[in-house]
Amino acid sequence: MKILVCIKQVPDMESKFKLNGEGNWYDGTDLAWRMNEYDEYAVEQAVQLKDQLGDADLTVLSIGPERVKEMMKKALAMGCDRGAHIADDDFFKKDPFEIASVVAEFAKDKGFDLIFTGMQSQDRGSGQVGVLVAEMLGLPSITTIVDFAFDNGQITAKRELEGGMKAIVKTRTPALMTCQLGLNTPRYPTLPNIMKAKKKELLSIPVSELLKVEAKQETAKMYFPEKKGGGLVLEGSVGDLVDQLIKILKDKTAVLA
Amino acid sequence: MKTLLVAEYRDGKVLNSTYELVAFAEKLGADSAMFLVGSDSTLPAYTGTLYLADVGKYSEFNPAVHKQLLLDVIAREQPDMVVFAHSSYGWDLAPRISLALNAAHISEVVDIVDGVPIVPVCNAKLRRAVKAKTAQMVLSLQGGAFGLENEPSGSPTVIPIDTDTAAQVEFCGYEEAEAGGVDLSKAGVIVSAGRGIGKPENLAMVEALAKALKGEYGASRPVVDSNWADHGRQVGTTGQTVSPKLYVACGISGAIQHLAGMKKSEFIVAINTDKDAPIGEVADVLVVTDLKEFVPALTEKLKNL
Ligand SMILES: Cc1cc2nc3c(=O)[nH]c(=O)nc-3n(C[C@H](O)[C@H](O)[C@H](O)COP(=O)(O)OP(=O)(O)OC[C@H]3O[C@@H](n4cnc5c(N)ncnc54)[C@H](O)[C@@H]3O)c2cc1C
Ligand SMILES: Cc1cc2nc3c(=O)[nH]c(=O)nc-3n(C[C@H](O)[C@H](O)[C@H](O)COP(=O)(O)OP(=O)(O)OC[C@H]3O[C@@H](n4cnc5c(N)ncnc54)[C@H](O)[C@@H]3O)c2cc1C
Repeated sequence: MKILVCIKQVPDMESKFKLNGEGNWYDGTDLAWRMNEYDEYAVEQAVQLKDQLGDADLTVLSIGPERVKEMMKKALAMGCDRGAHIADDDFFKKDPFEIASVVAEFAKDKGFDLIFTGMQSQDRGSGQVGVLVAEMLGLPSITTIVDFAFDNGQITAKRELEGGMKAIVKTRTPALMTCQLGLNTPRYPTLPNIMKAKKKELLSIPVSELLKVEAKQETAKMYFPEKKGGGLVLEGSVGDLVDQLIKILKDKTAVLA
Repeated sequence: MKTLLVAEYRDGKVLNSTYELVAFAEKLGADSAMFLVGSDSTLPAYTGTLYLADVGKYSEFNPAVHKQLLLDVIAREQPDMVVFAHSSYGWDLAPRISLALNAAHISEVVDIVDGVPIVPVCNAKLRRAVKAKTAQMVLSLQGGAFGLENEPSGSPTVIPIDTDTAAQVEFCGYEEAEAGGVDLSKAGVIVSAGRGIGKPENLAMVEALAKALKGEYGASRPVVDSNWADHGRQVGTTGQTVSPKLYVACGISGAIQHLAGMKKSEFIVAINTDKDAPIGEVADVLVVTDLKEFVPALTEKLKNL
């Protein structure tokens, strides 16, 4: 069984964001980077499947600059067997269609039985890349899965719907799954596994070898939303804040009456 | 400008998100037609042409088949825009359509300014104006972004459609959301815990504050996913929708999917260490502080009032 997992590196969402010089993206300096949360579930599901089968070969792929290798090492320490780093310093200028084309071009003649992606990224979150990869490769795909079971080529997954309802869906490999939050409990890499991961294969491939299409959309501009509503922002010592808030609750709501 | 609106149907009903698509077309001043895999016994309240495929034959979830049905209608209608709700149905189907059409797909659209779609970036801390480089466009709209001005009305002119495409996946039915012990929608005060509580033991302080305010405690999704709280406590698109007199968000960033479940609350207080957290956009009061100190201090003071 050959499995591919696609992971994206995203900034910590609690960062203080600034715009870049061109005003079309955020400035990448001074940001802390991490694995897209949704992709942690994708990696974990792939590793669990490998544990279940006993025998599987697990490739983790990421498109991005040199820094994404740190995150890929985490995926290797979680249990992936090899890494394919698609080196691209301009990755953020690519639209989901280009990103998906690069993944599909990489995957097309490698015979993956299963591909796992996140359902969306935390920074842009278009939720397109997984489905596009599947369509480009002519594979069935199931999106937003919160439960996954595999038995002899048969996949039974639960898709999460609005309100917490789930749809039970079956298909057969080869197939692609996009993973939703809560699918499993992603493991923390152990120290011995972090050491082992250092020896695993981590190939770099220039993106120019795999990119054969052009973007279908571009950023016109990026900006900070206007603060609407004019809510009050309180700062200061805890004691003062407590008193201020209680006064506001007394004045503006009936809950303390 | 001509739009094709992709209506949504689940569990025997046309979903309300369908009417947000109609509101969007009206806002643009665009002509519209509608596509639905549904039933002629439960038609949407809509004036215009409705291309209707029978859900009994094609199932509520069947991507490869719905894709072909929709592509056939697009070939007939030649719309400038194909519009979906950015929902579990829309984000599944829209990329399949955009690829087949070779058209740009812009997702999570929250606004249109001078004809250019606006999308959120980085947990809605930033916005991005996106230009399509293709003549035809596929859009998926963030829920609640295009509200209804009027109660939906009208009855459509139905054109039945069919296909003989083979399915790739088998839909085996629904599983209801886990029934929770509490109906949060009835609570007058809700104090919710987010990932910012840091560890499960800290849920107790949020619960204590809820009690001091004679309310219930709620939670954001990561708190539920980590099994720190039951799903019955979750507020948001995949949990409950609430509108209490007072909603207190403790250590919750304010992701779109959480806001969708609580932004209609009468008064909103957010407690967050990050002054720029997007919850600030809906909060009446944002208290910038560490909840681990502030919440117990507030609870004590309230008890002694
Ligand atoms: C500031 C800013 C500026 C941008 N400018 C542009 C622009 O000019 N034009 C434009 O079209 N787009 C632009 N983007 C969007 C951007 O680069 C997208 O992140 C990219 O197109 C992938 O889409 P997504 O993150 O929405 O993927 P989604 O479809 O939300 O991701 C789903 C899954 O796909 C996989 N995946 C996504 N990206 C990667 C990756 N790099 N490597 C491996 N797997 C991956 C992961 O499994 C992920 O969970 C910009 C984004 C930002 C934040
Ligand atoms: C299809 C879909 C459906 C979803 N449905 C839901 C849903 O129903 N409900 C839901 O909640 N989410 C839902 N989500 C997830 C949502 O996108 C966010 O991931 C989630 O809401 C984030 O939860 P959070 O705010 O608790 O955590 P985070 O985003 O991690 O935010 C934590 C916050 O705590 C603050 N903080 C940290 N430490 C402290 C401290 N000591 N004191 C005070 N503040 C602190 C931080 O500044 C930050 O703002 C859904 C996502 C998808 C894709």
